[in-house]
Amino acid sequence: MRTPVSVKLVAGLGPRGWLAVAAVLVAAWVLVPLAHLMLPEGHPLHISTYAITLIGKILCYAVVAVAMDLIWGFGGILSLGHGLFFALGGYSFGMYLMRQIGRDGSYGADIPDFMVFLDWKELPWYWSGTDSFLWCLLLAVVVPGAIAWIFGYFAFRSRIKGVYFSIITQAMTYAAMLFFFRNETGFGGNNGFTDFKRILGYSITAPETRVVLFGLSVTLLLGTLILGKALIASKFGRVLTAIRDAENRVMFIGYNPLHYKLFIWTVSAMLCGLAGALYVPQVGIINPSEMSVANSIEIAIWVAVGGRGTLVGPIFGAGIVNLSKTWFTTSFPEYWLFFLGLLFILVTLYLPEGVAGLWAKIKARRAEKAAIAAARAEAAAVPAAPRSPAAPESKLPNGTAAKGA
Amino acid sequence: MKRLLLILSLALGLGAGAVRADVAPEVLKGLASEDFDAKQGAVAALASVGDADAARLLKALSDDAVAVAGDKLVIVAGEQVLDAANGKPLKPAASPDSISLNNSLRQQVDGALAALRLLSADKTERLAAAKALLADMGDGAALLPLFDKALKQEQDGEIKTILVQLQAQASLSSPDAAARLQAVQTLGQSASPAVKALLLPLIEKQGDTFAEPDEKVRLAAQTAIKAIDGRLVWSDTAGQIFTGISLGSILLLAALGLAITYGVMGVINMAHGELLMVGAYSAYAMQALFRSRFPDFVDYYVVAAVPVAFFVAAAVGMLMERTVIRHLYGRPLETLLATWGLSLVLIQAARLLFGAQNVEVANPAWMSGGVQLAENLSLPWNRLVIVAFSGFVLLVVWLLMNKTRLGMFVRAVTQNRPMAGCVGVPTARIDTLAFGIGSGIAGLGGVALSQIANVGPDMGQGYIVDSFMVVVLGGVGQLAGAVWAALGLGVVTKFLEGWAGAVIAKILVLVFIIIFIQKRPQGLFALKGRFVD
Repeated sequence: MRTPVSVKLVAGLGPRGWLAVAAVLVAAWVLVPLAHLMLPEGHPLHISTYAITLIGKILCYAVVAVAMDLIWGFGGILSLGHGLFFALGGYSFGMYLMRQIGRDGSYGADIPDFMVFLDWKELPWYWSGTDSFLWCLLLAVVVPGAIAWIFGYFAFRSRIKGVYFSIITQAMTYAAMLFFFRNETGFGGNNGFTDFKRILGYSITAPETRVVLFGLSVTLLLGTLILGKALIASKFGRVLTAIRDAENRVMFIGYNPLHYKLFIWTVSAMLCGLAGALYVPQVGIINPSEMSVANSIEIAIWVAVGGRGTLVGPIFGAGIVNLSKTWFTTSFPEYWLFFLGLLFILVTLYLPEGVAGLWAKIKARRAEKAAIAAARAEAAAVPAAPRSPAAPESKLPNGTAAKGA
Repeated sequence: MKRLLLILSLALGLGAGAVRADVAPEVLKGLASEDFDAKQGAVAALASVGDADAARLLKALSDDAVAVAGDKLVIVAGEQVLDAANGKPLKPAASPDSISLNNSLRQQVDGALAALRLLSADKTERLAAAKALLADMGDGAALLPLFDKALKQEQDGEIKTILVQLQAQASLSSPDAAARLQAVQTLGQSASPAVKALLLPLIEKQGDTFAEPDEKVRLAAQTAIKAIDGRLVWSDTAGQIFTGISLGSILLLAALGLAITYGVMGVINMAHGELLMVGAYSAYAMQALFRSRFPDFVDYYVVAAVPVAFFVAAAVGMLMERTVIRHLYGRPLETLLATWGLSLVLIQAARLLFGAQNVEVANPAWMSGGVQLAENLSLPWNRLVIVAFSGFVLLVVWLLMNKTRLGMFVRAVTQNRPMAGCVGVPTARIDTLAFGIGSGIAGLGGVALSQIANVGPDMGQGYIVDSFMVVVLGGVGQLAGAVWAALGLGVVTKFLEGWAGAVIAKILVLVFIIIFIQKRPQGLFALKGRFVD
């Protein structure tokens, strides 16, 4: 008998996992709002608006990083176009925010300011229904999903993979960026959407709104993680990982990789769209530069820094890279690109498993040391005791076979 | 209307009189008058006379040296006072009182002076004057008598054609419908887009009425525009094909190197565009060196920049291969990221070394200008040189790949790395050398690019996708494929741009490539051999 997914999900995370989830949720929905709203400005535990916005932004990036890990870490597909799906989600939700400005724009018109500027009289057809919150939220998921599905279907069907696929996704986001830069496209051209006033009738700059958005970001991230874990733990995830490791063999067994790749690719794009939709109200602007080639490659480095195929690692990767970006660009703006460039090089050269891998390595080494110490203690008592099988030869402290292995 | 009649009568009267006569007293009176209309008429009359006296007077007018002294019009030249009518010195009866010009009058004087050069004895000066007037004629109607006169005297065929056109242009605003009709018919012989722009307003509607009241003239204008369009189509198409080929040759230079490195090692070098940038900055550095050290040979800095750019870019490429790419073999996706990191470092290094702004790289004198093939089709020398240069580079690469031992090794490693290693090809060294060659070719592309595009730290960013498309389209490791793909992409892109705009063109090309890969995943020219991944 098959176990329902929901049961597997609950069972899969285990009691400790669910406890951690609950703890994070309590912190996000109770402690952070308290620290932001209740504590006075000078209080050491007060969380400033800046910090909340910054962390909220990074949480959205972290969702994108986890989504990227799903396809790159488990599917072996490196997308250099995920910025497009993120931005499409942002634009979809941004349309709702633009409509919420109502007549409070500089021109006091019913249509957004940039359309007045273009001398348009009414909204183009694709803006219809965008005054509805739910419709825009739906668009933020469906539009990136649909585009990813169409693109992925044709790409995976002709078995484009590896660097070919990466470069073509890059070309895709580049073309989309050029398209959105045009004023005639109807998405504000160069400037994109900005000057948002309210969301669901609440002021977008009010501390309460920010706190709610922050809580939603945390929840989305947790949801993404749980979904990702469930997907990976399922039979689907096993096949996906097998495709990553040896696509031809999986095909010979009788699976069609197209469906597996297409599914995870579309899910990943949809998650990016949701993250984008949450990102825009927190940051207050969306413009075509979000689709730039550099942005999409940066997403890959978040995952690489955090550790591919670990799901949790990319969250730390997104955090580390973006916090250092904030710090560098304010303190030493001219060295940020050097840092980022070196990060790309050094991580791929020396940290192929990322921070999560480093953590695992340190843990393994500790266990090894403990094992050796135990073995020595044993050896002192009983001579010629066998070595611990958990410790491979080359990783021994004075290992002679380390070089050239 | 009145003014025109005045001009005509004056011109006719003067033309009939003796050639060496003083400036007519009516004209002098007109100039001295307070009324600007009268002054304009007088200037037009002067222009149509066009003899030495008239020229002197016009020159003096433009220098603000004409004055009224008592009842006489005089030219004040330093201490001397000359009679405006014949240029003889005279003692003024009263102190000279300078006459005033307004802006439109001043323009008219300048136009008349330019037009007078049409009568100059020097042929080159006449040609230059005719061309200048063709570009900007100002008030043509006033100069019409002068054009007629010049046309009568002119012997040179080329100048004559321009004069006929000038005359027709000037008569377009004539009040006489027959004169306009004739002018339109004359202009219909031309093949210039400027003439077309001149005729277009004639058939346009302003509100409910046509700008041109006479229907015959309108019909003639329509025929004339069609005739001009017919002549323009060919030169337009030829021009588009040429810009396409020139874009294609740049793409070829960028893609050749990428094709080699991708073919040999199966990695995409995302810093390939930055190697173009390195080449372009080498050209800039050579230009600076020549300017300061060998100012006499500054026009040949480009020639010196070619080997320098090749070796600098090759050195950077080999360094990259040795320090980074070598250690990532078998991990193509991570190589992609690492080389992207390298490109960021190179961009920032260029910013620190040369500044974030674009630098100025000038075309040498022998590369500026162009070959004029038709009125609206001129092939700039710099693009012609680049097309020839990429042909030369292609030849060298072909020789290198097919006629040398190194080339044979490179092809062997491309086809089957383990087997090549087994028969004694030093694959590691071949990798480094191939990477150096590929990077060096990118450097050459950078020199070419520096002659037609801006040179700045992030100039290379846009080329990686395009050049990879060339490699995908052409098939890996195939020179012939790269050539056809580069030229084809260049020409197709330029045609699509003309038809749908740059952005849509880019999207269409991308869609085309994706569809193309569906049908032929191995590219236009597939490598023969057996592969499994």
